[in-house]
Amino acid sequence: MPRLEEHCWSRSCASRVESKTFSGGNWVASRAEEMMSIVTTVLSNAYGSLHSVRAAHLIRRGLVLFTVGVVLALVLNLLQLQRNVTLFPEEVMATLFSSAWWIPPCCGTAAAVVGLLYPCIDSHLGEPHKFKREWASVMRCIAVFVGINHASAKLHFANNAQLSLTLAALSLGLWWMFDRSRSGFGLGIGTAFLATVITQLLVYNGVYQYTYPDFLYVRSWLPCIFFSGGVTVGNIGRQLAMGGVEKLHND
Amino acid sequence: MPRGLTPPPRMTVRERLREKISAAFYRHGLLCASYPVPIILFTSASILACCYPLLRLPLPGTGPVEFTTRVRDYTVPSHEPQGDLGERPDWYRGPPVAYIQPVLVKAAVSPWDSTLVPVDVFRSPLGRVFSLLEEIRNHVHDDGSLEALCLQVTDLLPGLRRMQRVLPEHGCLLVSPGNYWQNQRELFDSDPDLLKTVHQHEPKGLHTSATLRDLLFGVPVKHTGVSLYSRKRVVTYTITMVLGSYDARFLSSLRARLRQLHPSVNCSLREDHMVHVHFKEEIGMAELIPLVTTYIILFAYIYFSTRKIDMVKSKWGLALAAVVTVLSSLLMSVGLCTLFGLTPTLNGGEIFPYLVVVIGLENVLVLTKSVVSTPVDLEVKLRIAQGLSNESWSIMKNMATELCIILIGYFTLVPAIQEFCLFAVVGLVSDFFLQMFFFTTVLSIDIRRMELADLNRRLPAEAGMPLPKPGPLRPREAPPPPRPSPHTITLQTPAFRNLRLPKRLRVVYFLARTRLAQRFIMVGTVIWIGILAYTDPAGLRTYLAAQVSEQSPLGEGGAGGLPPHLGVAPVFPGPGGDPADTLSVLPAPAEPTPLPENQSQGHHGAPGEGVPLVPQISWGAEDEEGWRRLSFRHWPSLFSYYNITLAKRYISILPVIPITLHLSPREAIETRHPQDTRHPPPPSLKTNDLPADLTLYKVAALGLAAGVLLVLLLFCLYRVLCSRNYGQNGVAHGRRRRGDLPCDDYGYSPPISEISPLLLCGHSMDIECLASDGMLLASCCLAGQIRVWDTQTGDCLTVIPKHGLRRSSSSGCWEQRDGWDAVGVAEPENLGGGTEPGGGVFDEDKGYPLRRRTTPRPALFENQPDLTPLIDTNFDSQPPSHLLLTPPRNGFDFGGLVEKAYLEHEPPSPGLTASYPSPLSGPPPQRRRSLGYIQPPAPQGQETPDWESAVWAMELRGNLIAAGRSNGKLELWDAVEGSLRCSNEDGVSGITALAFLNNRIVAARLDGSLDFFTVDINKPLGLLQYRGPPGRSNMPPSPCYSSEDVISCQLTRSVQCAHQKPITVLRAAAGRVVTGSQDHTVRVYRLEDSCCLFTLQGHSGGITAIYIDQTMVLASGGQDGAICLWDVLTGSRVSHVYGHRGDVTSLVCTTSCVISSGLDDLICIWDRSTGIKLYSIQQEVGCGASLGVISESLLVTGGQGCVSFWDLNFGDLLQTVYLGQSSDGQGVRQLVVLNNAAIVCDFGSELSLVYVPAVLEKLD
Repeated sequence: MPRLEEHCWSRSCASRVESKTFSGGNWVASRAEEMMSIVTTVLSNAYGSLHSVRAAHLIRRGLVLFTVGVVLALVLNLLQLQRNVTLFPEEVMATLFSSAWWIPPCCGTAAAVVGLLYPCIDSHLGEPHKFKREWASVMRCIAVFVGINHASAKLHFANNAQLSLTLAALSLGLWWMFDRSRSGFGLGIGTAFLATVITQLLVYNGVYQYTYPDFLYVRSWLPCIFFSGGVTVGNIGRQLAMGGVEKLHND
Repeated sequence: MPRGLTPPPRMTVRERLREKISAAFYRHGLLCASYPVPIILFTSASILACCYPLLRLPLPGTGPVEFTTRVRDYTVPSHEPQGDLGERPDWYRGPPVAYIQPVLVKAAVSPWDSTLVPVDVFRSPLGRVFSLLEEIRNHVHDDGSLEALCLQVTDLLPGLRRMQRVLPEHGCLLVSPGNYWQNQRELFDSDPDLLKTVHQHEPKGLHTSATLRDLLFGVPVKHTGVSLYSRKRVVTYTITMVLGSYDARFLSSLRARLRQLHPSVNCSLREDHMVHVHFKEEIGMAELIPLVTTYIILFAYIYFSTRKIDMVKSKWGLALAAVVTVLSSLLMSVGLCTLFGLTPTLNGGEIFPYLVVVIGLENVLVLTKSVVSTPVDLEVKLRIAQGLSNESWSIMKNMATELCIILIGYFTLVPAIQEFCLFAVVGLVSDFFLQMFFFTTVLSIDIRRMELADLNRRLPAEAGMPLPKPGPLRPREAPPPPRPSPHTITLQTPAFRNLRLPKRLRVVYFLARTRLAQRFIMVGTVIWIGILAYTDPAGLRTYLAAQVSEQSPLGEGGAGGLPPHLGVAPVFPGPGGDPADTLSVLPAPAEPTPLPENQSQGHHGAPGEGVPLVPQISWGAEDEEGWRRLSFRHWPSLFSYYNITLAKRYISILPVIPITLHLSPREAIETRHPQDTRHPPPPSLKTNDLPADLTLYKVAALGLAAGVLLVLLLFCLYRVLCSRNYGQNGVAHGRRRRGDLPCDDYGYSPPISEISPLLLCGHSMDIECLASDGMLLASCCLAGQIRVWDTQTGDCLTVIPKHGLRRSSSSGCWEQRDGWDAVGVAEPENLGGGTEPGGGVFDEDKGYPLRRRTTPRPALFENQPDLTPLIDTNFDSQPPSHLLLTPPRNGFDFGGLVEKAYLEHEPPSPGLTASYPSPLSGPPPQRRRSLGYIQPPAPQGQETPDWESAVWAMELRGNLIAAGRSNGKLELWDAVEGSLRCSNEDGVSGITALAFLNNRIVAARLDGSLDFFTVDINKPLGLLQYRGPPGRSNMPPSPCYSSEDVISCQLTRSVQCAHQKPITVLRAAAGRVVTGSQDHTVRVYRLEDSCCLFTLQGHSGGITAIYIDQTMVLASGGQDGAICLWDVLTGSRVSHVYGHRGDVTSLVCTTSCVISSGLDDLICIWDRSTGIKLYSIQQEVGCGASLGVISESLLVTGGQGCVSFWDLNFGDLLQTVYLGQSSDGQGVRQLVVLNNAAIVCDFGSELSLVYVPAVLEKLD
């Protein structure tokens, strides 16, 4: 069961990406191509006007978010591993990369998208994020997010409903402590919903399955994890965006 | 009560609560700051008391713990905890996972024969294992057999295929070397190379955990003796029986049977104790990585949090205090929970980061910020109290929220979460307690230190200022200083200052200097690591014991050479295991040495030597618990192969059954395999040790590489997360983008009411001119009234013209004294902290001999200026050090007559105040007369002040006010006495601008002419010699005068047509006078000879603003909105930018940028070297011209009823200070920055004096 759960987690991580896009191999490929072309055009325009400064800044933010996503995916994946798996030190590196190779990049991309989306939506809604705008708070947020994952992996609950309710409360608490913005809540809910739907679809199509599905085909705490992940990455993205504005302002 | 100023008539419950909380915090702050030492002692004591229960908890570490019981009355412990057995560890409950029954076999071929080959050392001894196994398997006692008792295992874990053939897969878990050959004698016999078979199962590369060889042999590889190069020729191995249930009778019968079969004559191993070994939760690498990640996040959090601590004396100290607060609150929570019987079952290392994050450092930081943003001029006590009470509401609110969240978590009814929440709640409460008591007190100490440091830093620059009074709070009540004798001035002060440090501060300094805390922590860590390493079962202690036992030669051991056992005794001696019992084993009788002559060969005899020898089999105490020499992961890894975890469970190890086997050479030869003889004798004896060493090196290298990698990773993380610019400014203050209004409250900002401006009221109409020299401030209103203020206290010293009658002599005297008292009081620090030993000498060298002189009685010399200390701006530029070179009394060459006169008429009294003139300290007039001074009588009627015309320009230097009037009259007033010293009516055109530099006054007139005046001070003859050596200073002498002096103001040169149109701006600095006029030109004159050096053309409109400073930077701005930078030496234009729509109203330069403001109410900041606009700040309407630069990086601008402070480098709004209670006030139109970082702004008919606390830090 633990192994399967871990697998589920990795898959669900990956599915976050696809929540932004859609599943389907060639479609993803075309989409990636499109993204690449956008990136290259942006890169080519990166010199000259003021716009290029902003674009370069956007790319940098995206890269940072991507890295954060990859690291979080690897680490949280490891969190799901149970203790009995590793007997020999040689296998440590294997377990570190035990998931499919495409999972970390996918999680990274998802993090980049969500993290860039948050400040964007903020600016479109016209309500700048004022609450606790500092790196210390962001670090706290990440720590709590890791803690939620930790809890979902390590704690032994009596039943699934209890686990899910606890995690839901924790996720809401995370949002309340570090975000408190309507846009953040909405985007988090949206992320969770889309990602869960995609996961359901994947499971329905038999890509993988859960050991104890209690919410149609998936675990019921999955949306909570997605929600808190979205809020966390959004927090990072906002902070990065704010730092960028300052820098732009100084120039 | 800062918040209780305007209480609404009906307060809601919330507001009342808020009031109460605030008041309570205020009182608490006062308490903390008043008694820092007792409170810190009290908190330390309570921390220690709360942490005391932690002593009972085991040290953190992953090593197993042991517990020893007697075999005889052993029963399986029950599941329920039994209260009566105090020594019983709490894990000793329920049956163990398994009972381990080791059968230790020592076998040797004896006597050793020269015909034997090295393989014979272990082939036949190993061969005997099969018969032993058979014996054990077939042993039956009371229908109990091994099959019934042993731990039945089913499957090996998948993924262990290569072990499949070796480890038992079904049935009993019985492990022995025979497993290499599937427990079949035939396979063993037909195996050509036993060593190869053993080695082929060893994992390649590093092996950190127990290897298969260890598992099967049951003794460490080194001790098995299964080697071609074994010197002892004794083979040791263990047959390990793993039993699922305990049957004492079966075991004892088995033991008896084996003993009977293979008697160990010399063995007296203790057999009455069984050891229970409890294993903790293991942390594998896979779990370590998330753990490390959480810790990295935690450190990043702490780093980002503590970086926000600002404006305190010791940033690191406070950060340390904050971390200590959080950590000790955690410890306290664990300690308290332990005290009340709740033992932590969670993995402490895992939940620790989350606990820290939940508790957080926020409150501590908010407290710090709030306290440092209180006005600096308050007492430390009051500052702390105010800061606390300002943040009280938010702190309480946050705490309540967190407690609620945690309570919700508590009701999830999941044990782990409940435990976490319990810890968190207790931790939060104790954290609150520590914040309130510990941290606040530390903060108060720190603030006090900072103020002291400030004092020390500021004193050198201000050492010359008059400073007679120590008490800051009682300016008026203080009695007039006794008249001092000048001789004692400089002698007392230094010692005086050094003594002022309070004791507790010295303790703090001592701690800081010697780094006691850090060293203590380091030593503690080292000791802790040492204890861990020593007590670890796989660690030093066992190693030492093994080393000692190895070093004692075996042959000599016959006479009792068994090693002293360093500590093989169980860690937790059981109830029956008294030390004597253990000791009794030590002198274990060794085997009677049969052949003493073989001893030496036993050491270095090579096997091929041909001398027969008998390997000796000896049983020592180390064999009694031979499993101790194994890796502490031995049992966990054995069980983990069968998917049985030992984490948080225990196994019981039964006393070992010793078996001694002596095999005859004949038997050895018989069992020999044909290929065994092919092994050559060993070329070197050393080869056996080599691999182990290599492994060690590999581990070390790998660890080093990992460390380097970690450091790199952290560095990268740091680079990614915080860019260079980010780290330089505080984040928490409201950040401002361009275009935002300056006075709104934006984001979080510290309570702005903390900087309370000092209102200077008195003018009846709007203020027109402002002039200041740092100490004094002169203001002139539209009504023509000039008021002189003390910038330190805000007292009005003089009003010109004085209302009503002139003061009588006595009252005038008292009024003066009041004024000076106020000045002195404002600088109380000078008394204690200055490093200048002789403030008085200072003045003398600089050519102010008369400062030491005293004022005449006003009754007689009413119209003469007071002998005030001349506060000259040149003070700062003069390095104070040279003053020290002057002997204190050198300057005082009053003639002997003067001395005598002093002594005659005035009792000498020591004290600093001697250097500060006060009317009372003036020599009586008759003394003067006796000295023969010829005092020109002051012509009373000569100069009559003119009250009709308006003052258009005003300058203040020393205590002379130069006022230019609209009717062209130039007047010099004494700023302190308020008397007119001289006036000049040479010109008739109105004076539009004035510059007062050194002893020259330049007046620009409405008709475009420029007049140069020289202020001549005719000193009384006898005083001239007190000046410093002439020509010593490279700048022209500043105006210095005393009330005895006659001041005359002579027109030295008048440039009639300096400009074609009225002169609008006049600035003077660095020996240059720069004028700007409406005729679009700027002219530069030399001050000394009034010679016009350059005419600068470049503007297309009238000049409206000019800036020039000591570094010869010249900038001008005109009506065309252009700003030009000029090179004063060559007269060439450096840069020319257009920045404003409309006039440039004011210009200021710093070393790196130019700040301009225009009629469009925009403040632009330009890069000085490139002329590129950095950014701009939109001001409110009408406030455009008011700006000032306090330091290189601090800009202050005026707004609608407020002033705003900006970080010049980033354009961030730092703080907004409202000048009045109602913010609807008038705009700040004029702003003057004083030396002591106060800002004076013209605020309608009032002046506001604002002290900037932040500036104190930034000024240096």
